[in-house]
Amino acid sequence: MKLFKNLLKQPSFIFGASLFLLTLLLALLGPLVFHLDTKTRVGLAYMPPSAKAWLGTDHLGLDMFSLLIQGLRSSLYVGFVAGTIATVVGTAVGVYGGYKGGLIDDLLTVLTNLFLVIPSLIVLILISSSLEEGRSLTLIALLIGATTWTWSARAVRAQASSIRARDHVALARINGYGTAGIVALHILPYLLSYIFMVFIIQTATGILTEASMSLLGLGPYDSISLGKILNEAKTNEALTDGAWWAFMPAMVLITATVLALYVLNTSLEGVFNPRLRK
Amino acid sequence: MLKNHPVLKHILGRAAWYLVTFLVAVTINFFLPRMGKANPVDTIMAKVSAGLDTKSANAVEEQYLKEFDLVQVDAHGKVVRGRDGKALKTSLGSQFVNYLGMSLRGDLGGSILQHPKRVSEIIKGAIPWTLALQLPTIVFGWLIGNVLGALAAYKRGVFDKLFYPGALLMSAIPAFCFGILLVYWFAIKREWFPAVGGYDEGLTPALSIPFLSSAAYYYVLPFLSVFLLVVGGQAIGMRSMCIYELGTDYVKYAKLLGVKENKILYYMFRNAMLPQLTGLAVSLGTMVGGALIAEIIFSYPGLGMTILTAIQSNDYPVITGCCLLVTTTVLIANFTADLLIGLLDPRIRAVQGGK
Repeated sequence: MKLFKNLLKQPSFIFGASLFLLTLLLALLGPLVFHLDTKTRVGLAYMPPSAKAWLGTDHLGLDMFSLLIQGLRSSLYVGFVAGTIATVVGTAVGVYGGYKGGLIDDLLTVLTNLFLVIPSLIVLILISSSLEEGRSLTLIALLIGATTWTWSARAVRAQASSIRARDHVALARINGYGTAGIVALHILPYLLSYIFMVFIIQTATGILTEASMSLLGLGPYDSISLGKILNEAKTNEALTDGAWWAFMPAMVLITATVLALYVLNTSLEGVFNPRLRK
Repeated sequence: MLKNHPVLKHILGRAAWYLVTFLVAVTINFFLPRMGKANPVDTIMAKVSAGLDTKSANAVEEQYLKEFDLVQVDAHGKVVRGRDGKALKTSLGSQFVNYLGMSLRGDLGGSILQHPKRVSEIIKGAIPWTLALQLPTIVFGWLIGNVLGALAAYKRGVFDKLFYPGALLMSAIPAFCFGILLVYWFAIKREWFPAVGGYDEGLTPALSIPFLSSAAYYYVLPFLSVFLLVVGGQAIGMRSMCIYELGTDYVKYAKLLGVKENKILYYMFRNAMLPQLTGLAVSLGTMVGGALIAEIIFSYPGLGMTILTAIQSNDYPVITGCCLLVTTTVLIANFTADLLIGLLDPRIRAVQGGK
């Protein structure tokens, strides 16, 4: 409760949280509140915003506003799924390695560092370009999560190994707790805030990575994502036609979501790590 | 002997580690694309087999199979056949061995789309553009971002209040979005700069004044699209690092001792720089990836565009070739950063003095 009060005192937290909630609400309630249709043409190609199509039309004459809401839903979905995988796998590897130490820790650290320096976008390009059958949105999210967990593992491991040296962990060990007990009761609770921050960053990374892949033409075949809207706009000359409504709103949505997550993260850091507060 | 040379020991250790990483990267580069069902020869055949009768189609297919090392070839360059007259397939293992040998010789195979052009030839044309764009943006962006971040942390007040939100916004904008914005504002709305390409179409790449000045003109927007974001991102990191350092005991103690402000700043900056350098090494891969995507927005003739065209036409050898090259470059850059850390980190040198 006190933590929450501290958070609410931070203007940056209020800004980040409300901006993120706004995008979340738009994605969740959008289809219920507005009449969305991403299949039928409502006009000619690249029609400017009008009463009929609030944000104009795309190169096929589809309603841009509907596409955007659908795209935002997909992007957030990819972000959450990829973020969850990256956080869970990374935390498991990081906590285990950081607490256990020894050979397994060494091996895990080598593995983590290996895949940390090999650019994950490159690995993603290699995998996805070989999938002939095409990539569903969920598959893309899984792949992103499977390539970005290394960052969380490294971050969490550093924290876990510092907690390992604390007295209460030694006491728990003397009292006969097993590894699982110590990790669950005496290490994870101290890491929760940190893991939550890792999750926020990884969600943002997931959203950005999906957009990058879509721009490379490796986007999902089964759904519209914000990155795919940008890709279509770029390949279909929206930029040179001056059809700002075909790319500007999608860019604003991506940037707003990522900015909201980053601001949230910094404000949480300020509360969880009092040394930064001044 | 190495005990007396901790810096050398550090360098050798890192070199060995990067060699291992490189080998893993090469292995991934070979096996990942082969995980899927897609086969380069099928892709080509779908394109060229139209209008050929079965016999000549088979001959052409065999030619391609040979080229992509999918069938066994004897010492005379002839396809090895089994009893039924069918060509024997090369096992994945020996394909891998051949691939390793070729890669080490700098041969990355042949392109499908631009057959019979070699991949290394295609990449060679793209490398200078990508290097010219990414090396200065990342190095200078990092330096300037760090100085500005440290200043913001130290000065606080109005400068920080204005700078910090701006830097935060910059660090959150994806490079491709910022690139689109720049193109839209400065190339389409006001025609100050060209929207796409790396140089004037009428010129041929050469070390001449008209070409270089044209390239410089086309360079402005792509450069800004990455540079400003790197500055923003680095400044944010440095700022919080310096705020942390400002609160540490050694700074307080130095202040109590009456050490000069500038000297304290110098100590603080040095201490905060090291984690920033490590941070750079860690985020290098992401940065390079982001910049590759930004290249695409400007249709800049670098590796990003090469990868995009290759993906659009399923040109696997080019995709994997580019990927291997990008990974190798990132590894080399990381290694350089590690060496710098070895030279700058007093803890590594201290071992030498303390013995």
